[in-house]
Amino acid sequence: MKKILISDPTLRDGNHAVRHQLQKHQVAIYAAAADAAGIPIVEVGHGNGLGASSLQVGESSLGDAEFLRVAKENLPTSKLGIHVIPGFATIKKDLQQALGMGVDVVRVASHCTEADTTQRHISYVRERGKEVFGVLMMSHMASKEELAEEAVKMESYGAEAVIIMDSAGAYLPADVTERIGILVASLTIPVGFHGHNNLGMAIANSVAAVEAGASIIDGTARGFGAGAGNTQLEVLIAVFDKMGFETGVDLYQVLDAADIAERELMKNIPSIKSLSVVSGVAGVFSGFAKHVERVAGEYDLDPRDIFFELGRRKAVAGQEDMIIEVALNLKAGVRAA
Amino acid sequence: MGKMKVAILGSGNIGTDLLIKIMRSRYLECGLFIGRNLSSPGMTKANMLGVRISDRSIDAIADDPDICDLVFDATSARDHHRHWPVLESLGKVVIDMTPAQVGAMCVPAINLNESLSHQNINMVTCGGQASIPMAHLIGQHHEEVEYIEVVSSIASRSAGPATRINLDEYIETTEKGIRAFSGCREAKAILILNPAQPCVDMQTTIFAKVAHPDIEGLRRTVNEMVKRIQHYVPDYQLIVPPVLEDGRIVITVKVQGLGDYLPRFAGNLDIINCAAIAAAEAYAKEMLKNAGFGTQGERYEENIDKRSYLA
Repeated sequence: MKKILISDPTLRDGNHAVRHQLQKHQVAIYAAAADAAGIPIVEVGHGNGLGASSLQVGESSLGDAEFLRVAKENLPTSKLGIHVIPGFATIKKDLQQALGMGVDVVRVASHCTEADTTQRHISYVRERGKEVFGVLMMSHMASKEELAEEAVKMESYGAEAVIIMDSAGAYLPADVTERIGILVASLTIPVGFHGHNNLGMAIANSVAAVEAGASIIDGTARGFGAGAGNTQLEVLIAVFDKMGFETGVDLYQVLDAADIAERELMKNIPSIKSLSVVSGVAGVFSGFAKHVERVAGEYDLDPRDIFFELGRRKAVAGQEDMIIEVALNLKAGVRAA
Repeated sequence: MGKMKVAILGSGNIGTDLLIKIMRSRYLECGLFIGRNLSSPGMTKANMLGVRISDRSIDAIADDPDICDLVFDATSARDHHRHWPVLESLGKVVIDMTPAQVGAMCVPAINLNESLSHQNINMVTCGGQASIPMAHLIGQHHEEVEYIEVVSSIASRSAGPATRINLDEYIETTEKGIRAFSGCREAKAILILNPAQPCVDMQTTIFAKVAHPDIEGLRRTVNEMVKRIQHYVPDYQLIVPPVLEDGRIVITVKVQGLGDYLPRFAGNLDIINCAAIAAAEAYAKEMLKNAGFGTQGERYEENIDKRSYLA
């Protein structure tokens, strides 16, 4: 029976959906429920990960240390995971402290073509005997050959798995099959997939990933995440059960965890709003949604125009400041060629 | 009138681009271009330009100290810690391009004259050169600045192997510079690499949290600061003038380079080099004046603000 490692970033990616305002009691209650369901890895923190609380992306109501302490207390069995983007988090300011607080799995991420920025952070975690995965974000922006090249770099730095993210929810299943296939052929370590649901493809894409050889899949309760949300975890577990894949996650308990998440964490259940479709089609990071809506309101613009313009300019995750500039330009009637 | 002799340690992109700027300068001449490998692209370029080259690193200066009065160290932070004691004992002025944080931080638009009293000055970082003048301005207009955050996006192709492996040092040094020049309580620096083709120009956004934002005051003075920077970085542009958005002060600048050894989009590399040349020329003018060239007098004074390498 094929085994799939489930990683659950409900308490990290979900933070994008609530402007990084998750509170301690919410972290505690969901972490405990996920642990009870047998979720192997529970990821927590600011939406962009460690050290990312900022005016650029949004300030987190909880500091990294508080997040980790509360999560750790409520995860007797599951591993505690974090997301780390070099350029936001440094080893001295952020990572050192996180490892000291009992983090088990560190996922070091970069934009899909910039793997070499992760070398020091990956090596640092590996040398300290913790588990470390490499993550390639916005992976639809690179060709499959480029992705393979970047993933190979991460393996050479010491990553024990490489996960590709569909950060804009832009993939169709055939895209995933092709990309996961080449990664599985190029690496000697496990390959993973992290889906977003902008085009309604997150579950189908995750299934395609597993069929192409991926063995790590990310999902969040009720799809809690920016915009259209992520791959819906409880659906994923049910689908994998039905396909005969082993996840070690208890279906009843994960359904309970999802109910708890719906009740305790979210104001709105993620759904594919018109703007989510636009962000998927434009290939722009789903996490921009709330910022785009706000700025469009302030400058009296159509948020769809902002998204398409950001797509034309090839904005990458972390470039939230570009939204204001694009809005000012649209106001002045300037568009990228 | 004479020129001050300088040496460049480090034959990478930064060192080679500095060389081309120096060859245009009326105040500087390059006595020696130093690397470790005679066949590197930078060394080849210097050789073609007829500049004396050496592959003997710091020993090349130690063995022939008269070759220069001022040294640009464009190697790495680690190497700078090794170079500085040697150069200090030889009495050389050193302009440190690395994030070694040994010397006094210099941002020409703010503290050029004051920097000249130091024997070792540090050019902070590229993001620091772009953002610190704006952070300084915010500091001047507000009694208390709670927090400043600077986010630089640069073209992936403009970030060489050293930048990529030293992201943490970049962040630490930039944050230190922001705090020192703005007086803010807390600072955060973020660096984003963007691989888009055609390559994006360097862009830096400065965010600030203050109790009573004085947007009008900032708008009145920001252009003067931009002009001061444009003296040595001609294509430094304000693309989002000070605005208050979601309770935060936001300013965005764009920096295009001169396109010497490095492409125009690599404004991040160009700005730190332009700043270093501005500092070196200021040292040179001091030295030449003290050596008696100043008696040629008024003509020199007239030209003080026209950065000769832009000619």
